[in-house]
Amino acid sequence: MAKKLPAVDAVMVGVGWTGGILAAELTRAGVSVVGLERGPFRDSNIEFAFPHIRDELKYGIRFGLAQDVSRDTLTFRNAAEQTALPMRQLGSFLLGSGTGGAGAHWNGQTWRWTPYDFEILSQTRARYGQGAIDEDMQIQDWGVTYQQLEPFYDKFERTAGIGGKAGNLQGKIQPGGNPFEGARASEYPNPPMKRSQLGDLFQTATQGMGYHPFPGPSANMTQPYTNPDGQALGACMYCGHCERFGCDYNAKASPNNTVLPTALATGKFEVRHNANVVRVNMDSSGKRAVSVTYIDLLTGEEIEQPADMIFLTSFTFGNVKLLLVSKIGEVYDPVTNKGTVGRNYTYQLSAGAGGTLDDKDLKVFAGAGAESVVIDDFNGDHFDHTGLGFLHGGSISASSAGARPIQSNPGGAAWGSAWKRAAAQAYNHAVGIGAQVSSLPFRSNHLDLDPTYRDAYGLPLVRMTFDYRGNESKRSQYLTAITTKILTAMGAKNVVGRGLPEHYSIVPYQSTHNQGGAIMGMDPSTSVVNPYMQHHQVSNLFVVGASSFPHNSGFNPTGTVGAMTYRLADALIKRYLKNPGFLT
Amino acid sequence: MSDANERRKFLKGLGLAAVSLGIGAVAEPPSVEAQAQPAAPPAMPAMPAATPTGASPYTYVFFNSTESAFVEAAVARLIPKDDLGPGALEAGVAYYIDGQLAGWYGEAGRWYWQGPWQQGTPQQGYQLPLKPSEVYRAAIPLVNDYTQKQFKADFADLSAAQQDTVLSGLEKGEIDLGRLPARTFFAFLLQNTKEGFFADPTYGGNAQMVGWKLIGYPGVQPGYSQIIEQYTTPFPLTYASIGSYTEDNPR
Ligand SMILES: Cc1cc2nc3c(=O)[nH]c(=O)nc-3n(C[C@H](O)[C@H](O)[C@H](O)COP(=O)(O)OP(=O)(O)OC[C@H]3O[C@@H](n4cnc5c(N)ncnc54)[C@H](O)[C@@H]3O)c2cc1C
Ligand code: SF4
Repeated sequence: MAKKLPAVDAVMVGVGWTGGILAAELTRAGVSVVGLERGPFRDSNIEFAFPHIRDELKYGIRFGLAQDVSRDTLTFRNAAEQTALPMRQLGSFLLGSGTGGAGAHWNGQTWRWTPYDFEILSQTRARYGQGAIDEDMQIQDWGVTYQQLEPFYDKFERTAGIGGKAGNLQGKIQPGGNPFEGARASEYPNPPMKRSQLGDLFQTATQGMGYHPFPGPSANMTQPYTNPDGQALGACMYCGHCERFGCDYNAKASPNNTVLPTALATGKFEVRHNANVVRVNMDSSGKRAVSVTYIDLLTGEEIEQPADMIFLTSFTFGNVKLLLVSKIGEVYDPVTNKGTVGRNYTYQLSAGAGGTLDDKDLKVFAGAGAESVVIDDFNGDHFDHTGLGFLHGGSISASSAGARPIQSNPGGAAWGSAWKRAAAQAYNHAVGIGAQVSSLPFRSNHLDLDPTYRDAYGLPLVRMTFDYRGNESKRSQYLTAITTKILTAMGAKNVVGRGLPEHYSIVPYQSTHNQGGAIMGMDPSTSVVNPYMQHHQVSNLFVVGASSFPHNSGFNPTGTVGAMTYRLADALIKRYLKNPGFLT
Repeated sequence: MSDANERRKFLKGLGLAAVSLGIGAVAEPPSVEAQAQPAAPPAMPAMPAATPTGASPYTYVFFNSTESAFVEAAVARLIPKDDLGPGALEAGVAYYIDGQLAGWYGEAGRWYWQGPWQQGTPQQGYQLPLKPSEVYRAAIPLVNDYTQKQFKADFADLSAAQQDTVLSGLEKGEIDLGRLPARTFFAFLLQNTKEGFFADPTYGGNAQMVGWKLIGYPGVQPGYSQIIEQYTTPFPLTYASIGSYTEDNPR
């Protein structure tokens, strides 16, 4: 029998950005919140201290801060005809675990998505007709518009101290910013990042080609910053150790240095680490979630935590898994196209080009996770797709995140004296520019439970069925051709395009932008949650994060994750707490 | 005696860093090791001090003598010593791999190890029930069996050209190691060799930061906030490791 604890107002399953934002907002409104986090407690002052945090082997290669897949992983197959096999070591994505979740070791590229993203179906139909949409492509409007989200984008940007340059201030296009962005009420709270030589070359080349370069928005502080909640952050030193590492300058906004201390200061927030939630428990009506059951990983004990409001803030795979193992909602079946849980799984795709700039001293070791110059000309629906055979696109950037020597593997995969010479030559002269490419939902790409493999707690693993479908290779080729042209215009030699391989592979790192599976929408027959990420049938259950995104844009997700989460918090405080029920 | 064998004996006798580079600073106090190894036992052994007099050479803790001979010979071909400077052997990469295989990497305690086992597609990744330490333990005798049949000698005793031929046969999967895919073993060997050549010296490889010096990576610097914008001013390359900040005797 599980030990049953006294009830609290709210429980967060997972303590990353989403759990942290909700905890900060709700506790300040007087709500008592318990955060259950499967990973360990991390004191960033100790764990992220210089020089030990700058250990590429431990964090960059052995993924020291990421999920322990010996306890929980997922199985993967490209297509339903294959047997899914477990992802035995991390690769394609680096799921978070411990205080702050993936937010502790992210890069900090913090985007607003384009207005088109939220109304993709109606805008596509209006401009190109239904015929432009693949039969198996399940794009839909989200039920929330960019305009509705704008104040919450702003709120997240202020909390996280984003540095950038507005491109569209209240409808007026601003020089130096992204002219394609949705209208912003105000400027970024901080100025843009410093520009590397690579970025400078990209800026000049793309400007010359008639495109619209601008500095990528960054959660790496461009100056010392105190956010509206009173949390102080230091200035980024361009140390080149953002992605996969904690920041020893306290300069990278993360849940650990923003929302979590804000929540803890209220005295109404308790985080229990090493607490792995295994189930959401429902009452007999099936309409109300009453508690969650977790395993205390230090004692092995099973513990039940009752709460009035239950928030799944455990990232895409955790959220979908908990719905599936708790049997909440109907499992999506790609054959009949019925059911909702597991539908519209998407991922961030890529394209790009590489080459060499032999006459430049690029100092590639210097950089920051979000240091970039970007063009948005080929993202969303910013260009005419007529006759191209694909929808959406990607943002193209030259980014200087810091080339660490093992991961950047100078000289490629070869060996011997020739490799050594190439490595010595290449390290400081190899350049790449990349496109972050959208991923649209297809009927056969989905998540469900694996029939064979189990986690350390006896639960089935999540099974991912995913491959590049429909017109995605055309989109990738199109963007690859553009990146190739830009890199050539930058003066690079030996330029080679890198499009998508034939099939998606779980092996090389690509991005931790895993989305969908518990998507939002207005129609309960095709979505799990409403546009407040509230469960369609269970009004006190909220499934929060990118699991709710019906498709994947040409931008990183966390800006939109943060905005959606603040929007939910606002609705809870202003309306739900006074009158619990479905939010409309 | 072959070249490789000669060099191996020479290094063993005198202590690696001392001989090849003339300075000793790859040692770490045990507390640093503890910091660097988050997972449970068996802990990676501390790298014994390699002093300028070569008084205390590294002792292999995972590899037996056949295995260490193989790995020393292999890493010396994968990243050779040449006109550009020391190679993987001189950088202590064999010691690095030994330490890794003896520690939590070798046991892969953070990988998923439940069956059933089945070979999948290349897109599904590694699917052998062998931990990295077990891959080396299983593969090295198989490669030596092969070279005994082909050349009547262990891999470590072949000429450099013969060793290159064997390595490239493993890389391409042309050498049949029976139940163990040759390419898989080669991929481990090459990946671990490059890791050892470029990882912080605290792990026993990249002695005197030779890997970093080869490519111009300055190592562990506090930050580059000015450098990022100084396009034309060369960065004064003063190399530093984690140990540079934690030892009495910097660098
Ligand atoms: C290396 C890396 C780089 C990235 N760079 C960027 C970037 O530049 N820009 C960007 O926008 N995004 C980036 N991301 C993605 C970004 O980190 C995520 O979008 C964001 O952190 C998601 O927040 P979340 O709260 O949904 O999930 P997470 O931060 O993952 O938090 C979820 C938490 O839930 C916990 N959990 C899971 N299951 C359970 C369970 N059953 N019981 C208890 N706890 C559980 C996990 O341990 C984790 O701590 C990056 C991610 C990675 C890994
Ligand atoms: S690059 Fe900047 S934000 Fe990133 S870890 Fe270094 S100092 Fe922190």
